[in-house]
Amino acid sequence: MSEIYMPRLSDTMEEGVISSWVKKVGDKVASGDVLVEIETDKAVMEYEAYEDGYLVKQAVSEGDTVPIGQVIGVIGDSPDADTGDEGGTDAGGDADESDSDAADQEAEKGEEGEDAGSADAEPRAEATAPPAAGDNADRPRTSPLARRLAREYGLDIASIQGSGPKGRVVRADIEAAAKEQRENGDAAAAPAPERAAAPAASGPAGQAYDDGRASEEVKVGNVRKVIARRLTQSKQEVPHFYLRRTIDAEALKAFRAQINEQLADTGVKVSFNDLIVKAAATTLRAHPQVNASWVDDRLLQHGRVNVGVAVAVDAGLVVPVLHDTDTMPLSKVATTTRELAGRARDGKLKPQEMSGGTFSVSNLGMFGVDSFSAVINPPEAAILAVGAMKQQAVVRDGEIVARNTIALELSVDHRAVDGAVGAAFLKELAEVLESPMRIIL
Amino acid sequence: MSVITYRQALRDTLRAEMHRDENVLLLGEEIGVFEGSYKITEGLLKEFGERRVRDTPIAEEGFVGAAIGAAMLGLRPVVELMTINFSLIAIDQIINHAAKIYGMFGGQTSVPMVIRTPGGGGQQLGATHSQNIELFYAFIPGLKVLAPSTPAEAASMLRAAIRDDDPVLFLENLGLYNTKGEVPDDESVAEIGRAAVTREGTDITLIGYSRMAMVATQVAEKLAAEDISVEVVDLRSLRPLDRETVVASVRKTGAAVVAEDDWLTYGIGAEIAASIQEGAFDYLDAPVRRVAMAEVPMPYAKPLESAALPSVASITTAVKETLSAVGKRVG
Repeated sequence: MSEIYMPRLSDTMEEGVISSWVKKVGDKVASGDVLVEIETDKAVMEYEAYEDGYLVKQAVSEGDTVPIGQVIGVIGDSPDADTGDEGGTDAGGDADESDSDAADQEAEKGEEGEDAGSADAEPRAEATAPPAAGDNADRPRTSPLARRLAREYGLDIASIQGSGPKGRVVRADIEAAAKEQRENGDAAAAPAPERAAAPAASGPAGQAYDDGRASEEVKVGNVRKVIARRLTQSKQEVPHFYLRRTIDAEALKAFRAQINEQLADTGVKVSFNDLIVKAAATTLRAHPQVNASWVDDRLLQHGRVNVGVAVAVDAGLVVPVLHDTDTMPLSKVATTTRELAGRARDGKLKPQEMSGGTFSVSNLGMFGVDSFSAVINPPEAAILAVGAMKQQAVVRDGEIVARNTIALELSVDHRAVDGAVGAAFLKELAEVLESPMRIIL
Repeated sequence: MSVITYRQALRDTLRAEMHRDENVLLLGEEIGVFEGSYKITEGLLKEFGERRVRDTPIAEEGFVGAAIGAAMLGLRPVVELMTINFSLIAIDQIINHAAKIYGMFGGQTSVPMVIRTPGGGGQQLGATHSQNIELFYAFIPGLKVLAPSTPAEAASMLRAAIRDDDPVLFLENLGLYNTKGEVPDDESVAEIGRAAVTREGTDITLIGYSRMAMVATQVAEKLAAEDISVEVVDLRSLRPLDRETVVASVRKTGAAVVAEDDWLTYGIGAEIAASIQEGAFDYLDAPVRRVAMAEVPMPYAKPLESAALPSVASITTAVKETLSAVGKRVG
């Protein structure tokens, strides 16, 4: 008989939603079987059983949110839920009692053996502490200070090796991990990205009568809550400025047609967005000042170029990240984006596939949007908002002609990047897109 | 500024307060003709006469009660109990009368008295004369309990105690009477209820009061030579207790050791440790460690008595063990 707790499935997870129970009460369960799907702040993840038995209880219904550590279900030795439940409680109580007796005796022994004048608080505390039963035994030892610092640095304390007594993670371990993270220039452990442009709908307040048109609360998942929190944080803390530029897309259009012709046999199709993502990565290589983060009064310039691509899903907006976009072949940018976007729609992205971004691209062109101002995805320093390709009357060589154009708008974190630097980046990006062979050079 | 003993600082302050306010009078066993068992009142009978320096019978309950009555009627008695152990004879007067009168009678009269009394072991006085039972009084609302650790504090806190309108138990310590320190001439009056960071440090907070505050400073000095930076907090006032200063220090250092001359179980260190976890839980990198007296009646034999009391060595060990638990390099 053992209880299953809401697990900690991502760095920033504080609570999880039971997305769906894969096993029903009474089902036989083998170690490694998927028990339940859990929606975290980032994704829907499968959670497996660690032991054989029967699922005897689903303590949390589908759609409900519970904090990490709360019991979500019980696995028993027999499929009979009732006996399983009772037995579990009693056995647990007995075990605790006998164990703490033993602990008391041990503590007493310790006292007698102690050097007079020094009460050794630590062994005593550990001897009398309730014995780690069940899953608690696996709980890593961490000091309160270490836990707080890990939260502040955005580190997963479970992944940090403790150097204190019995492996306790202490401040020194967190600071070493944070230093390592800084030195690697790895923004991955910083709060992971999510973004949405859509403001939350809020109903008119104070309507006292019910005409069937009253505001109703819509049950939202963690993704929506994270979007709300992080976008608020971005707009409150990050001083945005915006640079707009319209590019001539004729060459880009021809280039795309040519490429897709070459790739026809492979089934891979490169989109305008893929070209823009790749062009942004190429241009970021030449403008490392833009591939940066302002974090805690420090400016980090990232060695890697990881471009995030905003994807609209039912739950909100998620931003899968193409790691090392600058060195990725264009065809791979296309296939990887397609694959990540597909899994994003299913809520199956892994946290690491949504973290570590250094720049983002958000494209609403498919909705016919001319141009828009995107919200920066901290700790990134900039985001490119891409509008629709449309024919415009432009003046070329003194003549008014119809040309395909795309409006780009770059939102920039002024703490990390100044106007001229951002403008130089956008200028080169426009030139790359207008001479698109440069995208792949 | 002069360098004098803790004993001299107490004597000078009593004398000055008696000159300042004619309502201040002294009561106690052998404080007059014999000039006090620990010579705190030396010369005062001669100077102020029998009316203001009164030798009492060996009857603590009686003369503490007499002092309470005197205080209620407007005098400012300073009682000397030869040791805190003898306060047990007077404990009903102290707890059920001195501490309660102001509140029980609707504030009609306050009880502006001071009970000076030394605690502490280490003098081979045996189990009944070596106790540190200030905890009994620190537990009682209605009392104030002060515990100075230096001559300067002894002076400024005794001034504060005599001028305060509530009953104050003023804890001295046999091991401190001969310690010397600078005492300013400015007649400063301490603020009751304030602890002090007596030495700043960054690695760990070491908390003590009375003799243990002095020992804590010695530990800090010793460890400074090993490049360990210990912050020392002297509680100074056990009631009211200044939790803020303690918590602020631990929030800074992330680790704490409490040293106390009394017993560990239910002791003042337990109160401090509890206050730390309430106020600084998220700042703690290791469990709060307590160093206290062995859980035995004080042995008479010198080696055993020394072994029973917390010492520079045992506190140093506790500090180093706590620091090694938080991954700090210690020698």
